[in-house]
Amino acid sequence: MKSHAMKRVALAAVAACGFGGAAHAQVSGDVVKIGIITDLSGLYADIDGTGGVEAVKMAVADMKGQVAGKKIEVIFADHQNKADVAASKAREWFDTQGVDMLLGGTNSATNLAMAKVAAEKKKPFISIGAGTARLTNEDCTPYTIHYAYDTVALANGTGGAVVKAGGKSWFFLTADYAFGQSLQSDTTAVVQKNGGQVLGSVRHPLSASDFSSFLLQAQSSKAQILGLANAGGDTINAIKAANEFGVTKTMKLAGLLMFINDIHSLGLNLTQGMYMTDSWYWNQSPEARAWARRFFEKMKRMPSSLQAADYSAAMHYLKAVEATKSDDADKVMAEMKKAPVNDFYAKGTIRSDGRGVHDMFLLQVKSPKESTEPWDYFKVVAKIPGDEAFTKLADSKCPLVKK
Amino acid sequence: MTDFFGIPLPALLGQLLLGLVNGSFYAMLSLGLAVIFGMLNIINFAHGALYMMGAFLAWIGLETLGLNYWTMLLVAPLVVGVLGILIERLLLQWLYKLDHLYGLLLTFGITLVVEGLFRSFYGVSGQPYPVPDALLGATNLGFMVLPNYRAWVVAASLVVCLAVWALIEKTSLGATLRAGTENPRLVQAFGINVPLMITLTYAGGVALAAFAGVLAAPVLQVSPLMGSNLIIVVFAVVVIGGMGSILGSILTGLGLGVIEGLTKVFYPEASNTVVFAIMAVVLLIRPAGLFGKEK
Repeated sequence: MKSHAMKRVALAAVAACGFGGAAHAQVSGDVVKIGIITDLSGLYADIDGTGGVEAVKMAVADMKGQVAGKKIEVIFADHQNKADVAASKAREWFDTQGVDMLLGGTNSATNLAMAKVAAEKKKPFISIGAGTARLTNEDCTPYTIHYAYDTVALANGTGGAVVKAGGKSWFFLTADYAFGQSLQSDTTAVVQKNGGQVLGSVRHPLSASDFSSFLLQAQSSKAQILGLANAGGDTINAIKAANEFGVTKTMKLAGLLMFINDIHSLGLNLTQGMYMTDSWYWNQSPEARAWARRFFEKMKRMPSSLQAADYSAAMHYLKAVEATKSDDADKVMAEMKKAPVNDFYAKGTIRSDGRGVHDMFLLQVKSPKESTEPWDYFKVVAKIPGDEAFTKLADSKCPLVKK
Repeated sequence: MTDFFGIPLPALLGQLLLGLVNGSFYAMLSLGLAVIFGMLNIINFAHGALYMMGAFLAWIGLETLGLNYWTMLLVAPLVVGVLGILIERLLLQWLYKLDHLYGLLLTFGITLVVEGLFRSFYGVSGQPYPVPDALLGATNLGFMVLPNYRAWVVAASLVVCLAVWALIEKTSLGATLRAGTENPRLVQAFGINVPLMITLTYAGGVALAAFAGVLAAPVLQVSPLMGSNLIIVVFAVVVIGGMGSILGSILTGLGLGVIEGLTKVFYPEASNTVVFAIMAVVLLIRPAGLFGKEK
């Protein structure tokens, strides 16, 4: 009886391998397949999520569903913010689904894991939503592109520009884990380089339910700027409490990792006057507005910078496939690093370390009076040229960079 | 100088007060859990989801029906209470004779369903809920500026907690309830409808959660995840206070809020874990909890 069951399992395993192999051989020739793995249900689902998937589908639709005479397919999955789920899904897709290019959504840990799998399988991987600069430094690979932004660019943007605008003394409210601490130390370096000073900081646990206590400590520092080195719900609840306790009367808030969705969800009353840095804003140019309107028709909300970057990155990849008439990873990677990015999202290049370099924007949240239409939330205070925003190629720790 | 381990006394008083505000939420939620466990023997994991639902109902009431904060403070607990009746009648009542684990699993399942529904309808960033006009502004207490709304939270939750405690411990209705849990068959023999009593107890317990949710709406972002962030701490509070002990859960809730507040000053990194450290110590020394009785 037992051996019988085991035989069946073995047979099933053999059959599964056979089908997997067959599917691979069949698919890779006729279809260009783009896979998206992102947070579709958790705390980052609004800034990328299904909206990001829709943006990629818009790019495919704009190519009329075809590239180099082949059909384009899009598949997507939820990584639930778990690195192991992201990695095993990526592996499964490369092995059995014939995915030709992988787009990584939000969450740095999942993106680092996916980048490793993609490098092992020698397939292009474009990270959109991850903040960590490691993707183009210690953990860079010949197949990774980091397209939209990273924590260094955010620190340079917000830290540098706010100090130049007169915000000389800072206090940090920092999420107590690797991401928060690196955001704080990156920004501290920029603030000090620009002649500002950091008066202190307080570390709060991830997903802290109440921030009032930390904010009182920040207030008593008498600093001009409160830097929020946290993300998502923590940032939102900190801003709420800052308003309630009157911290916003004496300090200006600077969100070090925020997206338009955070502003939308808090409302302008609570966020007016805040600074943040982003790679794109839907109202920054006529082309951006035109695309954003199309996105709004589908999703009933304005796109975040990440969703715009999803479209742009998918387009950049498809154009490279078109140009090389091939989905061979090495040829396409070379083409993507050669051809400039020039669309409504950004004008820039992809460097040899995989870093997408383009202008970043320091944004200030409008007051309710200044806002003239729904989602009209930001004034563009400064444009930070790509060369200044991102780590210089000469300073990159990526071994692929020839020095 | 009036310093206390390097912290100025006024600042310390301020932090104590803030701890009390958070403690009020712990007290109200753990009270509901304790009542439900005491009467139904169910570990109600859905408590966090129903708290979240209370906050969301307040927001929905304001956004779509124009019902203000004060109306929703009454309506939301009623709606959630009715939902509680449905949950108890349709699902929970079949589990009383089984191990606690089944009740825990069922209510955990309810949590996943409720949170999933809200997440798919409203997203995860959360919705803003304004502080009601009457409670806008802040009062300068000398040692700190206390937003009026936070003062109201402490007052409202203390009144509610004490009322529930008095109802259960000091009235004849409460006496019947307590007797019903000790020996349901005997109480039934006196002509009292015990199943109905149990249903209403569950409804009352979850209504408390919804009340706390409405109170929390102006303080926290109204988000589908707000319940699960809080519920684990609340469970720890109940375990420390002693499962089923009414007064125990109120006092422990407030006390732990204050201890957590102090941790935020002296060692902020530990403020999320201090409650669990205390729980571990309490379980080692008094396995039934600080106020619980060994059975």
